[in-house]
Amino acid sequence: MKKILIILLALPLGMVAQDNQKKSTKADFKVHGNCEICEKRIEKAALSIKGVKSADWDIPSNQISLIYNPAKVNLEAIHTAIAAKGHDTSEAKAKEEDYDALPNCCKYDRE
Amino acid sequence: MKKYILIVCFSWGMVFSQDPLNGIVQYQENNKTYPLTGASVFWQNTTIGTVTDIEGAFQLEKTPETDLLIISYVGFKTDTLKIQMPFIRHQMIQDQDDELDEVTLTQRRKASQKSYIETQNILKVSSDELLKAACCNLSESFETNPAIDVNFSDALTGTKQIKMLGLSSTYLLISEENIPMVRGASQAYGLTFTPGTWVESIQISKGAGSVTNGFESISGQINTELKKPMTDLPFFLNLFGSINGRYEINTHFNKKIDENWSTGLYLHGNKRTEKFDNNNDGFLDLPVSEQINLMNRWQYTDMEKGWVSFLSWRYMNDEKLLGTLSFNPQKDRGMKNRWGSEIKTKRWDGSFKLGYVFPETPYQSFGVQTAYSSHNQDSYYGLRTYDINQDSFYTNLIFNSIIGNTLNKFKVGLNYSFDDYVELVNGDAYNRTDQNVGSFFEFTHDNNDNFSLIAGVRVDFHNNFGNFLTPRLHFRYVPLEKFVIRLSAGSGRKAANIFAENQTLFATNRSIKIQSSQGKIYGLNPERAWNYGMGLSKSFYIGDPHQISLSVDYYITQFTNQVVVDFENPREVSFYNLEGESTAKSFQVELDYNFRNHLNFRAAYKNYDVQMDYKSGLLQKPLLAKNRFFANLGWESKTTAGGKQWRYDLTYHYVGAQRLVHNLIDRPGGFSPNYSLWNTQLTHVFSKKFELYLGGENIGNYRQSSPIIGSDDPFGADFDAAQVYAPIFGGMVYSGLRFKI
Repeated sequence: MKKILIILLALPLGMVAQDNQKKSTKADFKVHGNCEICEKRIEKAALSIKGVKSADWDIPSNQISLIYNPAKVNLEAIHTAIAAKGHDTSEAKAKEEDYDALPNCCKYDRE
Repeated sequence: MKKYILIVCFSWGMVFSQDPLNGIVQYQENNKTYPLTGASVFWQNTTIGTVTDIEGAFQLEKTPETDLLIISYVGFKTDTLKIQMPFIRHQMIQDQDDELDEVTLTQRRKASQKSYIETQNILKVSSDELLKAACCNLSESFETNPAIDVNFSDALTGTKQIKMLGLSSTYLLISEENIPMVRGASQAYGLTFTPGTWVESIQISKGAGSVTNGFESISGQINTELKKPMTDLPFFLNLFGSINGRYEINTHFNKKIDENWSTGLYLHGNKRTEKFDNNNDGFLDLPVSEQINLMNRWQYTDMEKGWVSFLSWRYMNDEKLLGTLSFNPQKDRGMKNRWGSEIKTKRWDGSFKLGYVFPETPYQSFGVQTAYSSHNQDSYYGLRTYDINQDSFYTNLIFNSIIGNTLNKFKVGLNYSFDDYVELVNGDAYNRTDQNVGSFFEFTHDNNDNFSLIAGVRVDFHNNFGNFLTPRLHFRYVPLEKFVIRLSAGSGRKAANIFAENQTLFATNRSIKIQSSQGKIYGLNPERAWNYGMGLSKSFYIGDPHQISLSVDYYITQFTNQVVVDFENPREVSFYNLEGESTAKSFQVELDYNFRNHLNFRAAYKNYDVQMDYKSGLLQKPLLAKNRFFANLGWESKTTAGGKQWRYDLTYHYVGAQRLVHNLIDRPGGFSPNYSLWNTQLTHVFSKKFELYLGGENIGNYRQSSPIIGSDDPFGADFDAAQVYAPIFGGMVYSGLRFKI
């Protein structure tokens, strides 16, 4: 029992040591949307791609800030995943039916 | 260079032109957008206006007089906008070189709010809410809050005691900026050692808490955040006086030294000089007292590199004189002619905090907290003496990061705590040293939609408790829009510091008995409990501008070991480890109604069922009302462009019957009568710099008649001032001012 507890005690240090210094890259691009519901949808779509570590979409500027592992994922896949939820990005356009399926407040003006 | 852009978005609520105008005011800094809180928004040439709330949002009734809207804020260029379209996006660039400080000068937020996004059941209380309380320190800050019940601890010290989930504050983890604070020696009076004006906000979490701050929380956690030199006002003055002869002064000085460094000096003094005996029992209704409290904080912030640090130290001296009216400590101490008591407390605190956020990966951070305190209380109550010294050292290391992505976060860390107690109880010495090393892991999953959970576990090595695991789990699910279900479960442990936690026993002549179970803490074993909770909250839309929310929660605390404090024998107080069952069940239903942020009404009903096995059988806990009702009405006028405002607040408490322990003199046991208390306050804000307030506490003037049992013979065996169920002092009127620069 005592040994197990000592291992558990030391576990946090081990996790800190091995977790650090994985490679990550930043990217920013435009994603169309309006409201907080869009924010959750867009961030969730980006995070659904393995290798995307963090996604932060900003309502007024419509910019998404990503941190991801370039060895595991390419940017295109992220654009496609967001567009598949109905949100146009700077690189990918959403399908008509996906745009139509958006919640009301997310129906941004399409050019 | 810093550049600010003020972005204003408007949208009409609906199609009808009578609907109010809704909008959001924001600003940009370093490509990030923040809400601009406290900006003035008003129609040109009218007095119709409002200020933006914490999200930068506002709502304003339309007027036929004009369609020109003015938005202004210190540090930004005032702009006039013509409102005619259903949706407008407007940007304006501000003049250069204005300081960031000015942007955060005034803050406005809802006084207290239940969070819908937190996984735990957390109630956030802002400094606005604290202003509603009559006075003046942390123990008095909870009167306008239904989650916490305020009681009086005894008939002599005037100390208020708080309870949550039907359990006394000893089962709460009370921390200050996440450093455990009111515990051990400071348990009885510690909440009165934090002046109210120093408090920036309070977070109250019900039920099993987080594992990151230790294993001690059983019924919940109360964390206070103090004012920060960087964001607090450069100068603040508060004066307070009441007709029961209490005077207080609070001053804050804050100075920004350079880009990164700020410092603050916070001073508090209070004094009660007048002697009152309104119930004619020969004893002071409230003590004569004096407190000086001084704190100095240093804050270092470097946002670009990701460092934040705080260095604080604090000194407190508190003296109370209580007992019979004519008691003179020089002549009567230690004599059997007059009963009196003095309680003198000195305390030093120092703390250091350092936090670092990795600039490249902002979801990773680490923090270090270290605190030292020395608490020294010398006191006597009649012929009984009680001295306690506690030296504490606490340090905590936390690392935050993610697993895969930010939907899965974790915290890991280590902490170490050391407490050295030296106690002298009627000449008997009790010394003890507690040392603990613990490590914890807490995982948070949030699907960014309708489900989140926090699962934490810690392992501790304690010199007096042994080695043990503490698991805690919180779960949140949103099945429908604005409907939240929360579940929680977890365990906690603590050492019962029997004398420090039950100092009221010295205000009795009961003989003190400890029935040892061969444990390491006064011969007793530590207390251990499981807490399970469930909560439901629902917000309703009944049309703009009304907001209603309803919440229900139910908690069970089950002790697997407890130190029972037994007052059932009229001439004894005994302490022993629980044999059998001890459970506390708490049910609360709360209704919140909000009208356009000007009118707020809250009502709550609470039911407690707290039972434990005493030596004499299974009994309800004494001095605890089974039924309580609470209502609070708050009203605020619209703030004019010049900052003028009226605020009014009314609170009602109904306290049901409480079981009384048997005594041999004037009460045959049974139950206390139920009673009601009313508190009220009126504030007039003259400008952003100056405000005056006037209030009344217990304006119905309810008092417990003859609160001291055996007051005729304070050295006799039946003297007992600890059986208090209602206020001792009747109504109280107070007034004060606040001056800010």
